[in-house]
Amino acid sequence: MTKTFSELKFPGRLIAVEGLDGSGKSTQIHLLQKWLEVQGMKVFFSSWNSSEVVKSATSKGKNRQLLTPTTFSLIHATDFADRYERQLLPLLRAGYIVLCDRYIFTAYVRDTVRGCSPEWVRGLYKFAALPDLTFFFKADLEVSLARILDGRPELKWFEAGMDLGLAKDRYESFRIFQGRMLQRYMNLEDEFRFITVDANVPIETQQSFVRQTVSARLELPTFARNPVRAS
Amino acid sequence: MSALSAQKSPTPPNSIVLPPRTKRRFYGDGIPGVELDKIAGKLIVIEGADGSGRSTQITRLVEWMEGCGHATIQVGLKRSTLVSEELDRAQQGNVLSRTTLSLFYATDFADQLENMILPSLRAGMMVLADRYIYTLMARDLVRGMDEEWLKNLYGVALVPDGVFYLNVSPEELVQRTFQKKVALDYWESGMDLGLSRDMFDSFLKYQALVEQQFKRLQTNYGFDIIDGHRSADMVFAELQQRIEGVLSGTGKSALSVT
Repeated sequence: MTKTFSELKFPGRLIAVEGLDGSGKSTQIHLLQKWLEVQGMKVFFSSWNSSEVVKSATSKGKNRQLLTPTTFSLIHATDFADRYERQLLPLLRAGYIVLCDRYIFTAYVRDTVRGCSPEWVRGLYKFAALPDLTFFFKADLEVSLARILDGRPELKWFEAGMDLGLAKDRYESFRIFQGRMLQRYMNLEDEFRFITVDANVPIETQQSFVRQTVSARLELPTFARNPVRAS
Repeated sequence: MSALSAQKSPTPPNSIVLPPRTKRRFYGDGIPGVELDKIAGKLIVIEGADGSGRSTQITRLVEWMEGCGHATIQVGLKRSTLVSEELDRAQQGNVLSRTTLSLFYATDFADQLENMILPSLRAGMMVLADRYIYTLMARDLVRGMDEEWLKNLYGVALVPDGVFYLNVSPEELVQRTFQKKVALDYWESGMDLGLSRDMFDSFLKYQALVEQQFKRLQTNYGFDIIDGHRSADMVFAELQQRIEGVLSGTGKSALSVT
């Protein structure tokens, strides 16, 4: 699909955040959620890879290293489809602001770095509408690498891209893998009208920009739980 | 069973026909990193509804092919290590929406394709598949999924050397199902579609819709339709003849059609 939820006349709006691990996007979307909630907005948060039904298959595949690029891609698409059809669509019909930590662009980027064909991956996610706003948290590669590697020294197999055979060392593999993903994200920036956030600056500065953008682009009062009626 | 089929067929040969290599391709983009010219074995698919005689024929075919000296393995749907359990559980609860179910089945298929089918073919084995992407596509098409979307999704599949669809009318299928078990299956009756609250009625309607989609797919994918109303022996004889053609490379394969 090449239309956003607003273009499809949904009453709700979908805001997605994208970026590398360690780009700070989860922190930012969390702060955005808090801000909308204290204003009494109808907000729902959904993270990548969180469908209850699909979860056990995904973790089995990851723990036992059963996944190939194709099945890795398909199982994440299954997870996404489940959340999309059972959570996101109904909430968007009900006029919610839905916040997604990662959306289809994560798959475009990751799966193609793993060697899946770009047309195939895009085709898989064709059933999904585009976000109304997509924030892309763009940090220098070294900055996001440092954030991850300082705090959490144990890297998981697929997370480090070890299945790609880029390097024998997990840290080295992670670096190369993340670098390739950043490149692919940048290739999508214009096509999907990403709102690029400089993720090297302080958290507060980034959050101000995010909140200002959301205020400017969304008719926020219409998403209030108890709308104030002009009488 | 084995004594019986041994009586009927001539003594198996000591000198075994080596199936000639043919040019392989995927339906679409395929599986990344697979070298198609390393594939030596043949992939033969038997399609058909439950009750079409598929499993009976496959059992006999495996025995016959091994008798002819070809190492043969059997694969089917919903048997992957990766997702078959989860798929079962989700189906019992009937909680999945159609896109999710479709992708779940595709994951199961891809897992078996990469971990069973392709390695066996590379090792020079014959693979008999108890259904393939066509059943999955037909079911999804009946449920209103977009054909282009499905075509892209199953672009990962290897084009088989032979696909044989055992065609049996819904009326006959229902009779055969009752001979085997007393109840109709929820999914095989398409109860999720709300075609009718009456299960018998729904079964007939659903199977007719699936058959219709198979016929449509047949024109795109060009598989052979085998009349499954005849006796098991007659169906087997026809399958044998056609598969011999595949193995010797002389049978005309309709699968060159795109």
